[in-house]
Amino acid sequence: MAPHPDSAPSKISLRGVQKRFGANVVLDGIDLDVTPGESLVVIGGSGSGKSVLLKCILGLLRPDAGSIAIDGEETVGLTGRARDRITAHIGMLFQGAALFDSLPVWENVAFGLIQGRRAGRTEARARAMECLDQVGLLPRVADLYPAELSGGMQKRVGLARAIATRPDIVFFDEPTTGLDPIMADVINDLIVATTKTLGATALSITHDMASATKIGDRIAMLYRGRLIWVGPAKGVFDSDNAHVDQFVHGRADGPITQETEAK
Amino acid sequence: MNFLAIVGRVFLAFVQQVGRFAIFTGRSLGHMVRPPYFPRLIGRQMVEIGYYSLPVVGLTTIFSGMVLALQSHTGFARFSAEGAVATVVVISITRELGPVLAGLMVAGRIGAAMAAEIGTMRVTEQIDALTTLSTNPFKYLVAPRLIAGVTMLPLLVLVGDIIGVFGGYLIGTTKLGFNPAVYIERTVEFLEVIDVVSGLIKAAVFGFVIALMGCYHGYYSRGGAQGVGAATTNAVVSASILILILNYVITELFFAQ
Repeated sequence: MAPHPDSAPSKISLRGVQKRFGANVVLDGIDLDVTPGESLVVIGGSGSGKSVLLKCILGLLRPDAGSIAIDGEETVGLTGRARDRITAHIGMLFQGAALFDSLPVWENVAFGLIQGRRAGRTEARARAMECLDQVGLLPRVADLYPAELSGGMQKRVGLARAIATRPDIVFFDEPTTGLDPIMADVINDLIVATTKTLGATALSITHDMASATKIGDRIAMLYRGRLIWVGPAKGVFDSDNAHVDQFVHGRADGPITQETEAK
Repeated sequence: MNFLAIVGRVFLAFVQQVGRFAIFTGRSLGHMVRPPYFPRLIGRQMVEIGYYSLPVVGLTTIFSGMVLALQSHTGFARFSAEGAVATVVVISITRELGPVLAGLMVAGRIGAAMAAEIGTMRVTEQIDALTTLSTNPFKYLVAPRLIAGVTMLPLLVLVGDIIGVFGGYLIGTTKLGFNPAVYIERTVEFLEVIDVVSGLIKAAVFGFVIALMGCYHGYYSRGGAQGVGAATTNAVVSASILILILNYVITELFFAQ
């Protein structure tokens, strides 16, 4: 399922990706293509395997079967410098921002430049300040520590860190989870603006439909380890797919059943 | 459930744990000896392990030296060998009590802190973030702690040895009636280089074990706050047990006839 309709060369290409934990099959043969400059959003309920999919692409988890290619290069099984070469082109915004508590904000933002690219601290700080400005944070924030920031500010810093190395591909893991609706919209706008400025390919996972439709060009829905629908973001509310309809409208009744012990 | 299935499952889980630990140790050693290094992080860990552990190690060894002097004096008095107190204190402290007590104290203080810090980084995805920023977590988190542990614990033990012997001297001269010059003469008279060196080698091994256990349990912690708590406990318990076992092994290697 889901090669991109216009058959442009894929930035990210997944074929038959499978992942299981014990008897629990989380990904059951995922086929997916993301073209350069495109923003694809994967939606799905909690526990549907969205995070596992993202971690497999990032190389944080190794799929049991299948192929994951980035810029045409197979990445499954890559380690060491070969993996670093791929990772150098990737930015990632984590769900909880995942900022390093022991480092001030500017060092968090500049981390990939200092550690990954061996940039000088002065040069890295200048780039960090530029990125902080890009995500709407004042210069005085640079010397604060993550624990001194609000959730929304932490997300902004996480976004600044994700774009600091000017990556070709940016991943967003639940970018608006835990934020109030206004701050969520601010983050969505920043995601759209920063990825456009970079000209980057974006792959996001979320269950926030407002976010999905705002940041995505295309949307794919993951259900029980399979992509059951892929289409343009504007068509997600008229998908003619009962599962997608139930999910995007947030109905309790429908073909999607929550796995719960409650009666 | 089938009894054999249960036994088999437990055995497989055990083998898996052993394999995981062996791989973790091998990777850690590899990153510990191979550049690049992170001098700032190594320095920070050295201060944490060496400098901030001094008070607890100093207090432990001084009171141990004092107790040892008292106990050996009352014990040896039964066969008129009180003159051996200074020698017993210095050999006991340098060979055994210094490294073992410092190791156990540092395991409680530093092993727990390492497991909690790395465990929190694991559950808040900071370790995943390191990887996505082209930074190897073993190189950035584990190697600096191991290097600091191996280098700082011998220094701590050396200071602890001196403080412990001083504790014995204090009791010997103020309470047990030894002449200070005679006590010092007896202290150095039978002390051999091997007594101190074996203690320092033990300390280096214990430093490695403490850092390794802290990092290992933190790195594989799961399940939020409860998982981090369990990792902290496991790091301290496993490091303490390993210290006691390895203490015997190293003693056997150095002193068995």
